[in-house]
This record gives sequence, structure tokens and C-alpha cells, in this order.
Amino acid sequence: MLEIKDLRATVADKEILKGITLTVNAGEVHAVMGPNGSGKSTLAQILAGHPAYEVTGGSVTYQGENLLEMDAEVRAQRGVFLAFQYPIEIPGVSNAYFLRAAYNEIRKARGEEEVDPMSFADLMDEKMKLVEMDGAMLTRSVNMGFSGGEKKRNEILQMAVLEPKLAILDETDSGLDIDALRIVAGGVNALKRPDSATIVVTHYQRLLNYIVPDFVHVLVNGRIVRSGDKELALELEARGYDWLLDEAVA
Amino acid sequence: MIDAYLRSFEAFSRNGGAAAPEWARALRLSAITRFETLGFPTTRNEDWHFTSVAPIADAALTPLTSPSGRVEAAQLAPFLFSDDWHQLVFVNGRFDAALSRTDALPDGVRVLPLAQAYDELPILVEQHLGRIASFDAHSFTALNTAFLHDGAVIHVTADVEVAKPIHLVFVSDAAAVNGAMHPRNLIVLDRFAKATVLETYCTTARGAGAYLTNAVTEASIGDGATLTHLKLQRESAQAYHVGTFDARQGRDSHLVSFSFATGAALSRTNIYTELRGEGCGATLNGLYLGDAEQTIDHQTRIEHVEPNCYSRELYKGILDGASHGVFNGKVYVHPEAQKTDGKQTNNTLLLSEKAQIDTKPQLEIFADDVKCTHGATVGRLDETSLFYMKSRGIDARTARELLTYAFAADVLETIELAEVRDGLEAATLRRYAGRA
Repeated sequence: MLEIKDLRATVADKEILKGITLTVNAGEVHAVMGPNGSGKSTLAQILAGHPAYEVTGGSVTYQGENLLEMDAEVRAQRGVFLAFQYPIEIPGVSNAYFLRAAYNEIRKARGEEEVDPMSFADLMDEKMKLVEMDGAMLTRSVNMGFSGGEKKRNEILQMAVLEPKLAILDETDSGLDIDALRIVAGGVNALKRPDSATIVVTHYQRLLNYIVPDFVHVLVNGRIVRSGDKELALELEARGYDWLLDEAVA
Repeated sequence: MIDAYLRSFEAFSRNGGAAAPEWARALRLSAITRFETLGFPTTRNEDWHFTSVAPIADAALTPLTSPSGRVEAAQLAPFLFSDDWHQLVFVNGRFDAALSRTDALPDGVRVLPLAQAYDELPILVEQHLGRIASFDAHSFTALNTAFLHDGAVIHVTADVEVAKPIHLVFVSDAAAVNGAMHPRNLIVLDRFAKATVLETYCTTARGAGAYLTNAVTEASIGDGATLTHLKLQRESAQAYHVGTFDARQGRDSHLVSFSFATGAALSRTNIYTELRGEGCGATLNGLYLGDAEQTIDHQTRIEHVEPNCYSRELYKGILDGASHGVFNGKVYVHPEAQKTDGKQTNNTLLLSEKAQIDTKPQLEIFADDVKCTHGATVGRLDETSLFYMKSRGIDARTARELLTYAFAADVLETIELAEVRDGLEAATLRRYAGRA
């Protein structure tokens, strides 16, 4: 589904990714872990098409096509979804309007009929249950006045509505208490399908107790320094990142 | 150039204006004398530093002192919000009884044209008209007062709440081209009265040519009274518009003002209030939408005269093309006005490289125990927000449109009157996002 080869990227002339190679197949869950500043959020944002990063080398192939040539909206329409680490507040646009606009854009791209507000409301009722969200949050402006946990649940709600093929969760666990973490992880698990894949970017192992990865990759200083199974995450939890930092330097 | 105005004044005094009471004729005479001294303001005048009125001064626009033009009810419909509001309509500056509707006014409320008010409310009019909006330093107010002839007088007696809004509609048609209108309105709310007044300035003849609207509204807001005042400036793209709203507020009174400005080649809106009683306050909000070569200028002035008063201001603007916005927000806190609580915000979104804004907060504080803040931002669409929307599959153009609309939406949301709020939201959404 996704094939990243020797990906290099800079932001403001500073090299952040120094050659990332990673293959993700349908049905798999990959965890990307690493200390602060290792480049893991950069990787997530580049996959979603953030304009602030310049790709300076390597390739990313998604469903057989060059992902890097697609605009961000085209990536989303083809099934790439990024759950933001810091979801953006958009005063003046209601959550319901935003979700329906996004849903209809993606349906249009798939050659499906747009849905009217009534049928969309029915769909929302079902999706909201998944993340235990209150209907009142639909009438509020996107993420405005939402708590940290509400913002993250709203990200997962968007994911539930858009049904991506490749979901990238960028530190979705940051700032969440254990109850919110459980709800968010429950939502992600419920949305997993055999033909979809998930990349979980996280600093802590905690989230991986709930979203169990098939593969764990450790990113240090713009490179993947180690890959393994879920046992690697537990080892990181016990030992921290320092021993890998030392290895990366050596 | 000034001579032409003096000649127009002579003609007007002998003819159209002759019917006014003695005191009003004296007021007009002192106003034209003052205008003769002041002339039109230049950009050397601090209050007009960013906006040149040379186009108005050079245009030789003749005061429209006799009735002209014809507007059908159907042509007015796009500018109305409801068919059961109280309504006075002025066509090319002159009262039009056929388009007006005041039959459902509650007891204790008068809404009538100035000529009728001279007869029916002589004391009220003489006591207030010309006493609030000083023309000593204001050329356009002097000019308006010199040609004072028509407009609306609203009087709400003590303890009366007017449930339905009172809509004053100033509409022009092609017959106004090359003319100048100087409507003069007076709003008097007695103790604990409450009313909502809208002023709409619009045209049925877009593209017909230049005209000037130079309007002045004076408001006396009694102790404990609440006035909601909305001014909607939707003149034609070739028009010039100067609109002054000037209020005096009594103890524990409230003024809620909203100025929506989208029309005219050159417009200047002045919103002034004096907080003259303890515990009163004013909320002045506004939205200006500019495009092409438009100049849209706002000046607000809040005089905190007494202690324990509040003022809140939020002005937002969206400027496209080569349009030019100006926001000058003055707040004066007098030495006695302790515990003043003031907040002023001006945010402008620039959609093009050529659009520009001059924003000038001006706080002059002479009391020592006050809380006053101000802030101004000028920016372009937020790239992070655009990326967020695109990452959800929304195309770049739609994302830009929605964010542009959203920028304006939060100030529009402050309008309590649902019909106007929804109407302006829909108009703004149509304008920037091509849908309602």
C-alpha cells in the first residue's frame, strides 16, 4: 500500500529526514516511535502533504502512484488521513458543516453522490457513538473551545466519517488522560479493516497497549535505527531512548 | 468649489428649506458658515490622514433638495429582512410615505419624518437636534446640518420596549446621480426604553454614476435605556458615503452598535458615543468588506466621562483587489472615569497583495485606575488551517473560501437580531464562497 524509499526532507534548509525506508501493507499497524525532534511528526506531515516541508530525495509510492506529486486534498480523496497532533481551530465553520463538506468531497472523488444534511445527520449519529461524542459538539465551530481530549476524539470522528485506507495518527495520545486514550484507541481499532493500514506515531508505549502494532520502528535523528515487533516498544518503555541515541551516534 | 455649496445653500434657504422652524434655520446658517471656514478635510487633518476626500470635493455634487426618483416596493425587497418591521423609507434623501409603514407601533413610540416631527414633537426635536453631533470640527456634519431637511425622528418614551426593529431605509436611484443627500436622523430613548434601529443605505441603480450620501444620526440614550443600532452601508460601487452616528448615554444605559460596510467607492463611517452616566457601556462591532479600488474607512470614538463604564469593540475587515481599509479607534478616558473597562480589537484579512489597511488604535487615558486594552492584527489566510482542510479532502479553493467566510463569521455572530445576522452571513458566504 505504502512504500517509502530513502526519503529525505528539509524544513527551512534544515535536514529533518535523512533517508527513511518503510513499507506498509494493507491490514498492518505500524508504530513509529522516537524521542522529541527525531522527525516522526515530520514524516507524518509529509505523507499528508504539508507544504512547509521540502522533499529533497527518495520516493513515496501509495497504491502504485507517486504520493509526493499529489496535492494534499488529492491524497485525502485517495484515502490518506492524518490525525493531527494539534488539531486546528476554525472559528465560524461548524463541525457538522466541515465534516459534511469533507465527506462530500471524498464521495465526489470516488464518483459517489453527495449526501444531503438529513442523511448525513443519520450517519453522524452512528459515528459519534464510536467516540462517545455529544451531538452538541457538531454545532460548535471546528475544535473551538474543545478540550484536548475532545479535539483528539474529533479527529477520530473525522477518520470514522472519511474511512481512510491509510490512517496516520500523529501523537494522538499526547495530552490524553487514560479514559480519553481508551475511547480514542477503541475508535481506531473499530475502524480497522483488512484493506486499510494504520501508522501510529507516538512518543510513549502506552497507546500501543490499546492499539497493538504489527511492527515498531524507532526513529532517531531522521533515520530509522531499529525495527521490530511490539516487544521493541516494551523494551523502549523500560530502557528509554538513550541507548539507541548512543547507537545512532556510534 | 466651496462657493458652489454656498450658492446651493442660498437657493435651498429660499426654496426647499424655507418651511423649517426659526431655530432650525438659524442652526443651518451657522453650519454653512462653519463649513465655509472648515472646507473639506485634507489628509493633513489627523482624522482624515489615511483617506483623501478629494474625489468628493472635486465631484461638484448638487444637494438634492426636492423630491426625485421612484423606487418600487419590489426593488426594495432585497434590502429588507422582514415585512412586519416598522419602516421609514427615504428615496434620494426624501421621505416616501407609500413605501413606509408605521401603523403597528406600540403606544409611547413615535417614528416619523423630520418635517412632521417639527409639527408634532417640536420641543423634543429642538431640544436634541444638532445638540449631539457637533459640527465645530467636522466638515461633513457641518454640511449635513447646513442642508438639514429630511430624515427620521424616533422617540421611545420611558419604560417602553419596542419589540420589532425600526428600519430606516435610505435608497437612491438613477435620479440621485451627481447629487448629494444629507439625511438627518434623531433617536431619543427615554428612561428604561429599549429599541432596535437599523439604518440601511442602498441603491437600485448600480453602475449609474456617482452620488454622495452624507448622513448624520444623533442618539440620546436615557438612564437605563438600551439602543441597538445597526448600520448597513450597501451603496453603489460609484457612490461616496459619509455616515456619522453620535450618541450620548445616560447612567446604566447600553448601546450595541454594528456597522456593516461593503458598498461605495469611498466611504467613511463615524461611530461616536459619550458615556456620560455611571455604569453605562457601549459595544461597537463592525465588518467591512472591500474589493477593487474601494476605500472603506471607519472611525470610532468612545468618551469615557464617568466611572465604572465599559466599552467593547471588535472590528473585522476582509480586503481584496486593491481596496484600502482604515480603522481608527479612539478611546478617551477622562480623569473622573475610574474603573473604566475598555477593550478594542481590529483584525483585517488581506486577500490580495495590493489590498491594504491602515489601523490606528488611539487610547488616551487620564484616569489611573482603569483596565484598557487594544490589539490589531493584519494577516493573510492561515496556511495551517488551509492544510488542515485540504488534508480532509476539501479542495484548495473551497478551503480558502470557507476560511475567508469564517474570518467574518465570528463578528457577524455578535448580531443578536437573527434576521440580520442570518442575512449578512448568507450574503458573506455568497460573496466569498459562492453559496448560501
